[in-house]
Amino acid sequence: MAFEATRPLDPLHWLIPPMLAALLGAVVFTLPLQLFGLRLPEPVWALAPAFAWAVIRPSVIAPFLVLLMGLFLDLLWGAPQGLWGFSLLVGFGLILGARNVMTGQGFVVLWSWFALMTLVVFTAAYLLTMLDSGVSPDLPGTGLQALPSLLLYPFAHRLIERFEDADVRFK
Amino acid sequence: MSFGDGPFQDFKLPLVWIAAASVLVAAVVAAVLLLGDRRETLRDDAYGAVRQGTDTVAKPVGAVISAPLHWGGSASDYVRGYLFAVGDNRRLRAELRRTRQINDQVVRLTDENARLRAVLGLATQPPIPMAAGRSVLDARGPFSRSRLIDVGAERGVKVGHPVMSERGLIGRVTGVTAGASRVLLLSDVASRTPVLIDRTDARAILTGDGGPNPQLAYLRGKDAVKEGDLILTSGDGGVFPRGLPIGTAAKGLDGRWRVRTFAERAGIDFVRVLKFEDFSQLVNAKALEGGQMPPYTGSVTTPAETVRAITPSVQPAATAPRPLAARRTERTKRTAPATKRRGPIPYNTYVRQQRERG
Repeated sequence: MAFEATRPLDPLHWLIPPMLAALLGAVVFTLPLQLFGLRLPEPVWALAPAFAWAVIRPSVIAPFLVLLMGLFLDLLWGAPQGLWGFSLLVGFGLILGARNVMTGQGFVVLWSWFALMTLVVFTAAYLLTMLDSGVSPDLPGTGLQALPSLLLYPFAHRLIERFEDADVRFK
Repeated sequence: MSFGDGPFQDFKLPLVWIAAASVLVAAVVAAVLLLGDRRETLRDDAYGAVRQGTDTVAKPVGAVISAPLHWGGSASDYVRGYLFAVGDNRRLRAELRRTRQINDQVVRLTDENARLRAVLGLATQPPIPMAAGRSVLDARGPFSRSRLIDVGAERGVKVGHPVMSERGLIGRVTGVTAGASRVLLLSDVASRTPVLIDRTDARAILTGDGGPNPQLAYLRGKDAVKEGDLILTSGDGGVFPRGLPIGTAAKGLDGRWRVRTFAERAGIDFVRVLKFEDFSQLVNAKALEGGQMPPYTGSVTTPAETVRAITPSVQPAATAPRPLAARRTERTKRTAPATKRRGPIPYNTYVRQQRERG
């Protein structure tokens, strides 16, 4: 077990599968499903892996995968190219800078940090959209997208639990 | 992370710093892409090959994933129709009674409209061809609201074509590829639609803000709109045909006038793409190009002749100078060219001349 803990993490294990799962979730939730006048929520699935990657360990590849996820969301949702890529990177950078504070913290504290990252990402997207289009986006609608995104933290927590102790060099 | 053999072999940079540098590089790339995006221009070349490729891939994937939903929806509508048959029957009977009263009035007004158009010699607007489709993907966030539909360039769909549901206008096409089109909804932040208020004919711009009810911006006039007014497309700018239903006016919580769109209330599934580009397609281009313009019947002098005609000639002072009035009269006679009437002739005169020529 101690020998396995000193091996560096394989990106194919901790980067690629979560990214693909997040993109698949985004595609599924763009289906035009309507039940009793209500539509499916549209959470930003990319928040979960982006938060987990920043907490697990610093990585040179992870920022570019965050950018790739953001660009995919822009293409899927028809948003301006670079909007979600830039916004996710702002949140990722915040968590990367504060990861020392989060090390060893419990479920609730980490969820609070996840909520802070969600707030920062949505604020960045809101301001960029306001600058790009000249119109202030609908605040209730922004909240209706941010709230389901907050509920994605358990997926990020599962990733952190699985890979956080895999490479003790960054503990 | 250490550098290789040499003077810097013991030099190590924290991985956090290198990761932060990667974040900065990726952020710069994202910012450049964002600054270069021109989706709000709604031009064909602004959509880009990457978006077109993504839509081409997303359409069959979305169609396959959404197929079970459509089957389920059809099954649930069948069961619902069976369970609520009695209530629906009563409601439809009442609606039929109301419709019959309106029907006679519509027939009379249609006949009167056709007679008046014939008397005035007005050409009726030709029917606009359409392409029917279904939405396969739906983006409904506050920063982008659009739909991917399963009709594209192979059916003649182009960027800018209006798209309607069975209830009213839902948006316009912003990107086209083979087999799929991206529709920008009226409620998207980049959507701007010229509209009119049916009751007062006041004009406004329907501005989306990512919410379900877009705003009525640039509204002018006193009491131009009130609660429940019907909002239609105005046709201004040739963006949309005039008279497409959009929704009804309502006052928002922020005090601004907004529109409750018909499409938002009823849901969007089956859509029709109107192949309308601009008003130039409503006239016969061949008749305009082949017809002859009326000839210009003004002066036929060359510019040089005109200059000489208006330039007074210099005469040698051999005799005593003549009175000023006499010189002015002579100059007027000399400068007035002996030409026919200047300027275009009246239309009636032109028609009479054409008839005389046969």
